[in-house]
Amino acid sequence: MVQYCQTHFDASFGALSDATRRGVLEQLGRADASITALAERFHMTLTGMKKHVGVLEQAGLVSTEKVGRVRTCKLGGRGLEQEAAWIERYRQLWAARFDELDIVVEELKRKEKANGRKKRK
Amino acid sequence: MDVRRESEATPTKNRTEVERRSERELVVTRTVNAPARLVFEAWTKAELFRRWWVPKSYGPNLLSCEMDVRVGGQYRLVFRHEDSTMEFFGTYLEVTPHSRLVWTNEEGDGQTVTTVTFDETAGKTLLVVHDLYPSEEALDSGSTGAMPEALDQLDELLASLGSSSETK
Repeated sequence: MVQYCQTHFDASFGALSDATRRGVLEQLGRADASITALAERFHMTLTGMKKHVGVLEQAGLVSTEKVGRVRTCKLGGRGLEQEAAWIERYRQLWAARFDELDIVVEELKRKEKANGRKKRK
Repeated sequence: MDVRRESEATPTKNRTEVERRSERELVVTRTVNAPARLVFEAWTKAELFRRWWVPKSYGPNLLSCEMDVRVGGQYRLVFRHEDSTMEFFGTYLEVTPHSRLVWTNEEGDGQTVTTVTFDETAGKTLLVVHDLYPSEEALDSGSTGAMPEALDQLDELLASLGSSSETK
């Protein structure tokens, strides 16, 4: 119902689902590169590459910095660790939720028992 | 923390597991020490549901909770978020007493479908909460890779909820 971490899941997993974007990550693993250089390397338009880099940036996998007229991309510091942290945070939310659910259910159990003493079923 | 052996004394808190089953699926599992009919009741009566859906440690953020639990029925939760409110809503697709609930989440772009199963064994209920997120194509439609605004809001909400239960 409340999809707290949807943004991050979609961002990270969406980012990694594309072959070009995985290629870009691999490339940036070797050396930082400008968007222009990446576009050339992957034979695509500047606009196309900007879009891919945008997706990676949003997922926290890549960071970019503009110096003068050149935007340089490098691997982001957050990456998959960030994602694991999100999963853990999500788990904690559910764990807390379920602990409260236990309380509500225990109460229902007690009520049912009390009613059961008065009349069976 | 060390993993303790299961002792005869029932532990008060059962373990909550989260598993990413695929790119689009996220599964949460947890056992509740009660029969499915009671657990189901807590999921389907708004006055019970609102007591646990937003844990107390996350603050009194739930302003209202309406649930019309039947096939085609709607739910709507309103949260306080900073100076404003945030709404979560959708439709129940399947309501099978004591065993299965399916609903949609319609607040974002593309539809997430949540399926909850209640599986009772020896008086205990295994809960499986399965979320199926929209495909990338569905999310990408209309926006050039940018995340839909509603999802950004969710992200903010989690951040603000999380910060109240964690040391920054």
